[in-house]
Amino acid sequence: MASTPVLKCHGLRRRFGDLVAVDGLGFQIAVGETYGLLGPNGAGKTTTISMIAGLLERDAGEVIVAGRAMTTKTVQAKSALGYVPQELAIYPDLSGLENLLFFARLYGMSRAQARARAREVLELIGLADRAKDATKTYSGGMKRRLNVGLGLLNHPRLLILDEPTVGVDPQSRNAILESVAGLSGAGMAVLYTTHYMEEAERLCDRVGIVDHGQLIAEGTPRELVGMVGEFDSVVLAAAGDLARAAKVLATMAAVKKASVTDDSIDLVVAQARENLPALLETAAGSGAAVRSVTVTEPDLEAVFLHLTGRALRD
Amino acid sequence: MRAALLIAGKDLKARVRDRSALLIGIVVPLGLAFIFNAIFGGISNSKSISLGVVVADRGTAGQAFVRQVLTPLRHSGLITVHQEGSAAAARSLAAKGTLNAVIVVPGGFTAAVEANRPASLIVIENASAPVTAQIARAIADSYAANINRVRLAVATVVAPSPASFSPARVRQLAARAAATTVPLAIRDISARTKELDNKSFYAAGMAVFFLFFTVQFGITSLLEERADGTMARLLAAPIPRGSILGSKLLVSFVLGAVSMTVLVIATSLLFGASWGNPVGVGLLVAAATLAATGIMALLATFARNAEQAGNAQAIVAVVLGLLGGTFFPVSLAPGVLARLTFIAPQAWFLRGLGDLRGSSLSVIWTPIAALLVFAIVTGAIAVLRLRRIAEV
Repeated sequence: MASTPVLKCHGLRRRFGDLVAVDGLGFQIAVGETYGLLGPNGAGKTTTISMIAGLLERDAGEVIVAGRAMTTKTVQAKSALGYVPQELAIYPDLSGLENLLFFARLYGMSRAQARARAREVLELIGLADRAKDATKTYSGGMKRRLNVGLGLLNHPRLLILDEPTVGVDPQSRNAILESVAGLSGAGMAVLYTTHYMEEAERLCDRVGIVDHGQLIAEGTPRELVGMVGEFDSVVLAAAGDLARAAKVLATMAAVKKASVTDDSIDLVVAQARENLPALLETAAGSGAAVRSVTVTEPDLEAVFLHLTGRALRD
Repeated sequence: MRAALLIAGKDLKARVRDRSALLIGIVVPLGLAFIFNAIFGGISNSKSISLGVVVADRGTAGQAFVRQVLTPLRHSGLITVHQEGSAAAARSLAAKGTLNAVIVVPGGFTAAVEANRPASLIVIENASAPVTAQIARAIADSYAANINRVRLAVATVVAPSPASFSPARVRQLAARAAATTVPLAIRDISARTKELDNKSFYAAGMAVFFLFFTVQFGITSLLEERADGTMARLLAAPIPRGSILGSKLLVSFVLGAVSMTVLVIATSLLFGASWGNPVGVGLLVAAATLAATGIMALLATFARNAEQAGNAQAIVAVVLGLLGGTFFPVSLAPGVLARLTFIAPQAWFLRGLGDLRGSSLSVIWTPIAALLVFAIVTGAIAVLRLRRIAEV
């Protein structure tokens, strides 16, 4: 990690009634670094970034953004932050330009500064030709792009993107990912939460894997995949008694983890290609009629499976 | 403050565009005030009473009747006085229904009074106008009582030595007695005398009734911000959290005050509504808008979303509006309801406008104080509870 971190947080804790949503979580992000928080739905990612962005009171822990302590009442630390919430956070009755002008003014810009910056952002997100149209007339992808653009208005030192590609068509998704990749190149630190491991692998310099409110692993994608070692991910699409088959497969020496997802058995297997015949034979012998087999090299999905025994999309 | 003004400006721009506030705040109350005026406006105001008068007596008592009774009646604007030449002609007009009642001061009335003989005023009644007949009788009774007062005063002075008083001296005494002020009088200061005329009542009633709907737009937008996800972005912006709440309350107040101001001007110009002293009306409008904002804000704190808040606010606005006498005058309500009416700010607003008619500003401090109590109590609780809404 290079230079002074833009974000330092440690010991973050937040409870909602009996549920501990975030439990002692902490990490750092350096200038120009893109950090991915990867975890399944309900892992505590949104609660974590809500505390980091000063939206939500924390029960314990500390957040430092650009050298300033962040709380819900902080004004200065928030000036260094750009925030793109998971839900579309735009005013439907205002035009794209008016949305940008309004938030630019909230960030303390003069009218002239706000207008100039809004024009820049509209060019950046490709909405200059629809700037004066009410956003309720925008397509879903255009709204998503504006949602991201609003987070860029104040030239933030740290940009927080909370699952910005959820519900987005492939074309807009690709455009958003390219934009984010370009931001870190411009020196902006990015905190990116997702449950899509391919996004994390593509964008992030480092990834923190979150489960049940805790950071269970952290490192570069290569480092994390290295934790799985020689293991490959094998998915057996099958019918029959999959639970029983997974239980039997888990007893094999080559199988590290076995779990059932819908109509398939997800396995983490040592040297999968060599052990494939034995796997198929065991599966068939334990009541599973295998229709297809998918073998993939180790990835963050496999890392998560390796660490938790569950798939990311469980 | 800058952030609050920016957010308020954005909200007002959105409200102007969707036109719902314009509709609820101005168009609907103006339309209903027009309809109510068209239906009920003529019942008690526009149709004056036609009273016939025949003064056959040319003496001082007859002249006094013209001076003391007819002239004030003409100036009241409530009764149209038709002076007829003879009792027979007047009786004929009353029989035809042209006149509602007739008071006749017969010839020789003054002479009879001065001679201390029995004297009578005659009231001719139109059977189909019993209320006017009662009014005519009351007028005649009142004048007769005044004559009797003078006769009694003169008799008291003359009685010990009647021989020492010439007729001229007696007339002089009578004139002096008639000129003296009645020592004890009863002035009617009941609420009834201070009620608004129909045009003003329906204008004010509809305006304050819909005020409670209009101010909703400001405060419920806080719930809309949360539902739309924009609250998260506002909370992440470098602005004080209080500015978000403040802006919503400000929008409520501005919408309410603007709609009331437009309605005051429009109903004055279009319907001839008489609201009263502009400063007093302005103070009452400001206090009522604050009270409405406080109550609607408090209700919003108990709701989970804007729709739920809107429903609760509508129910409370209607109940308070009915209790507050926005659809019918407070004086028509039975005893318990008349007392309950003052739990509604609308009643205090209307009472303030009634008190303001023909009086100085000092009479409206009580209604204004009552409205401010509503505003402060409900507003303070609402602000404390609204912090809960201003979270993600």
